[in-house]
Parts: sequence; C-alpha cells; structure tokens
Amino acid sequence: MPIQFPKKPGLVIYLTAGDPDLATTKQIAIAAIDAGADVLELGVPFSDPLADGPVIQRAMERAVGRGVRLTDVLTVCREIRNERPQAGLILFSYLNPVLRMGLEPFCAAAKSAGADGVLLTDMIVEEAADYMAAMKNHGLAPVFLAAPTSPDERLKAIAEHTGGFLYAISRTGITGVSSTLSDDASKLVQRIRQFTDKPIALGFGVSNAEHVRTVGEYADAAVIGSAIVAIIEKSAPQEAPAAVAEFVRGLRK
Amino acid sequence: MEHSIIDPVRTLGNGRFGAYGGRYVPETLMAALQELERAYAAVREDQAFQGELAALLKDYVGRPTPLYFAKRLSESLGGAKIYLKREDLLHTGAHKINNALGQALLAKRMGKQRIIAETGAGQHGVATATVCALFGMECVIYMGEEDMRRQELNVYRMRLLGAEVRGVGSGSATLKDAINEAMRDWVTNVRTTFYILGSALGAHPYPTMVRDFHRVISREAKQQILEHEGKLPNAVIACVGGGSNAIGAFYEFIPEANVRLIGVEAGGRGTALGEHAARFSGGLPGVLQGTYSYVLQNDAGQVATTHSVSAGLDYASVGPEHAMLHDQGRATYTSATDAEALDAVKVLSRTEGILPALESAHAVAEATKQAPKLAKSDVILVNVSGRGDKDMGILAREMELKGAGA
Repeated sequence: MPIQFPKKPGLVIYLTAGDPDLATTKQIAIAAIDAGADVLELGVPFSDPLADGPVIQRAMERAVGRGVRLTDVLTVCREIRNERPQAGLILFSYLNPVLRMGLEPFCAAAKSAGADGVLLTDMIVEEAADYMAAMKNHGLAPVFLAAPTSPDERLKAIAEHTGGFLYAISRTGITGVSSTLSDDASKLVQRIRQFTDKPIALGFGVSNAEHVRTVGEYADAAVIGSAIVAIIEKSAPQEAPAAVAEFVRGLRK
Repeated sequence: MEHSIIDPVRTLGNGRFGAYGGRYVPETLMAALQELERAYAAVREDQAFQGELAALLKDYVGRPTPLYFAKRLSESLGGAKIYLKREDLLHTGAHKINNALGQALLAKRMGKQRIIAETGAGQHGVATATVCALFGMECVIYMGEEDMRRQELNVYRMRLLGAEVRGVGSGSATLKDAINEAMRDWVTNVRTTFYILGSALGAHPYPTMVRDFHRVISREAKQQILEHEGKLPNAVIACVGGGSNAIGAFYEFIPEANVRLIGVEAGGRGTALGEHAARFSGGLPGVLQGTYSYVLQNDAGQVATTHSVSAGLDYASVGPEHAMLHDQGRATYTSATDAEALDAVKVLSRTEGILPALESAHAVAEATKQAPKLAKSDVILVNVSGRGDKDMGILAREMELKGAGA
C-alpha cells in the first residue's frame, strides 16, 4: 500500500511496540487505525533512545526490559497488516538493532511483514546510501526527517530522498508533549515546500486536537507520539486500546 | 563514502577511519556538526588560535609533562625499562584538559557562551568546568548518578568551579547515559550551546578533533624518549575507555612500525556481557551515540551494560580510530581486571610514590605483564593519563586502608 493521507490533515500515530506488551500493542494499533489513523509508526524499543523525551524513554525502557526485540516488532507488524490491509505501516527504529540484523535481511523481513516504510532516527542522508539501496530493492519507503536547523541544501537532499512522506520536526529538541507549537514549525514546512510535492507530516510536540487543526493549515499530516504513549502508560492494558481510540477520534474534531 | 550526497568538508576528511566513524545523529544536530566542522577546520590551520592554545597549555595547564624513568618499578619487574608519561601532573589532574581547553577556545571563537559536557570519572567534567571558569562561560555537566556516587570528590570540584552538575539516573547511570542526556540537551539548545565531548567518540568531527587536541601527548613523548634513550620505545601502553588518552599517546607513533601500540580495556570482574567493558573481545561493530565502532551489545542490538571499577573506562563503545587500528592490527587491545588495576595502583604508589588514577592503573597493570618478557635494554612507555586522588574513596574501601595497614 502506498502511504496516503486521504483526509486532511492526515494522522500518523506512534506506538512503542511491546509497551505494555506485544498483544496489547496489536490491539491498540488496530483501534487507532479504526479510529482514523492513516499511518501507524511502530517504534522498535532501544536501550539508548537519545532523540526521545522522558515519556518514550520510559516506554522503551519497559519494553527493552521485557526483552522485546526487532523480530517481535516485525511479527506484530505482520499481524496488524493481516487485519488492516489498507493502513500505512512504518517501522520506527534507531539504527543499531537494524544493523545487528543486517540492512538487507532487515529490509527483506520488513517487506515480508507488510511494512510500507522505515524511519531511522539516527540515519542522515549522507550516510544512507547502502540503506537506501537495500530499501529500494525491497520496495520500501525510507522516511527521512527534516529539522528547523536544517539549511536549505539539506532540505533539498532530504526532500529528494525521502519516501512515503517527509517527517518535519516542529522544534529543536527531543520528542515530547508541549502546550504550544513552535513558530519554527510552519516556517520549516514552507521551506520544505520549495523542494517537494511529497506529503509532509509534522511531529514533535503535536499533542491535541488544536495542534492537529493548526498543523492541518500548512502540512499534510500530524504525527502524535508521546501523547499516545502517555495514555498507554496511564491505562490498564485491557483499557488502553479504547482509551487510545477515543483520543485519536478526538484529534480531528 | 563515495555515495556522499552532500560534499563533506574535505580538509578534515569525511570522518571515516576505515569502515568506522561517520555521523549517525538526529537531523537536528547536523547543521551544528557541519558548523563545528567548518570552524574546527579553520582554527586547525590558524596561527593565532594555535598560538593562544599553546601558550595556555604551557602556562595554565603545565605542558610539557615530564617523561619519567620509573627505575624502582622497572627493577622490581626485572625486564624492560618503563617510562611514564606524566599526564597526571597536568592542571586538574588528567589529560582531559588538553581537549577541554582546545574545544572551549573554539567555542569562544564561535561565539557560543553555553557549554555542556558529559563526564564519567569526572575528570573531563572538572576540566570543562575549569576552562568555563577561565573563560567566563555557563557550564552544565551531565554525570551518571552511579558515577556521582563513586567519584564524589569530582562532583564537589565541578560545583566549586561554578558548573551545574545534572545527575542522570537512566540505564546503568554511568557514562553512556550521561552522553545520551548531554545529546538531548544539545539537540534542544543547539542554537546557543557548544557540546565539549570528552573522548575520541561521537559523530564527526569529534573523534578527529579530540585526537588532534591530545596528539601533543605523543608529540612530546616521542621527542622525550629519543632524548632519554636515543631510540623509540618497543611499546606504548595506554588505557582505553572512549580512547582519548590512548589515541593521543599512540598517534605520533603510528607510522613507526616497530613501536607496538597496546590499548588496555577494562576487564572488570568477569568475561560475561555486563561484567566488563572490553569492547574488542566482547563487542561487535554497531552504532552508538553517533559513531560506527565496536559496541558491547546483545544479539538483538540492545547496548549492554558495562562494569569497571574505574568510571572512566566503563563504556560500551570505543573511539572509531581505535576500531580501525584494531582491525588493521596496528594496535593490539588487551584488558586488565578490576583486581589487576587495584593492584597496579598499589604497586606504582609504593615503588615510585606515584598514585595513578584507576583508569591509568589498567595501563600500568599491562606494563607489569609486558616488562618481564622483555630485555633490560628494551623500553616501554606508559601513559599515566591521570592521578588517583579522585579515587581515594574507592581505594579506601577496596584496599581496607581504613584499618591499621594494607
């Protein structure tokens, strides 16, 4: 399935896979898709999530502590794909677990698990030649990130090489909920627009319906991560899918 | 990499050491790393900058450091002559100030007033706090809570110098976790903040820049050993945590094929994953904190916890230039256990009256193994990267010094 955002703004929902457990992740994912998520990002737990704020750090620590590994995330991805063939599915990971499996075996496994694309937080375009070649071999979209600090020449390269959509980071910083969206956000999206017609999803700090509405004024989709992970953290496992679904439904109101 | 999409700054190379190194960071940091790369490339050739650095190294830091013939230690081992490069005599007590000073001067030139750094044993944190005091800069140091506990004296020193020490409780609450938190700060405050990374680690240009600032160690030592002995040493030995003192001690000897280069990692208290920090015997290539190098990790790619009695060697990865030297066979990497390092502290203290840092004691331990195998005309050069005053709490416990005698 190519990644599409038929409704504006599109919704990209992030989950740390395996938090609170893999079976619940699958239920939450399906609930989020049914509640309106266009794309689901499945986060691969990693021991050293240096781009993440406290909420996702804690989720990753819990999942790593339970022994959740990349192969488990691929299994959940396949299960979600089987049940919801139309949803966009992105694997979200730090580079090391992927390298440990090997770029080529990872891409083959990701494709076979039904993923549409991959986002590696610590992979920049300059270092990505082998990664992009392996992704291309398997028909997977490499999603790259752009930051408010990226100069135009970098935005141009990122726009050229990203697949599926371009992930625009709303502010300098790590992932996490914030009360207001940074002024950097709309400026960044405008600068990216000079270079591409590919969909642009804005994330980091996007955490409520008001933010989503604002993002919809200038970007194609909003990425909601920490706000979702925080709901999961607060909820009993059996209640988490319904709680996330209710939150996701509220995001487009 | 031949596939490079954006040309790197050619003067510094592309940040690769063979297959290792590179730049694996969040995009938000890339503009800052490229700005740093350009600024560093400029000062590397700049006479005024290098002159200012050299003057401060001489008058403020105390360079050159002596190369001292450890006669009693050598005689007690009955083999090669052991020379000690006395980085422990530098201002603040370790080699770390060479680099902290260089980077702080660069930060000043770039107009950055806020400095952040990570620290393990606290020596890099103290050195950074010191140069920030010297230049009137704001200073925030990230330190694992476990390291704050075991290197308490250095925490007090940093605070006295005006730095804010922020404890990091995640993971194993040691150096790796402090670097994670420093990088989170940097990515948030990247427009105003200079990150003084303390080891030959991280994304390009750090491994190259940090090595350059410590290169003075081997530049001096090479000249000094020629003055003392009229020949080069048979071996140069240094401890390897991230690898900054070792790369500084090795660098000018790399072209000298007859000089063996020996790096000593932390063997900790056992060979199981989690019990040591010997990356070259227990690790595999991977990416941690911006660079591709050997990493202690499990088969799922989760970075392993580490253990060493010395906080400064207690780290899951190693500088990428060491990874290259290892694969080339140009340097060999061995390890010393906690017990061997503690023993070496005592040996050097009682034969020479020199109290080495627990980190440096790993190198001394290796020298005590190598020297008896060599002839009396052979020469070993050991980099004593720091002094052990900071370790007195640990030493008092481990050696039971509180009683009548050890």
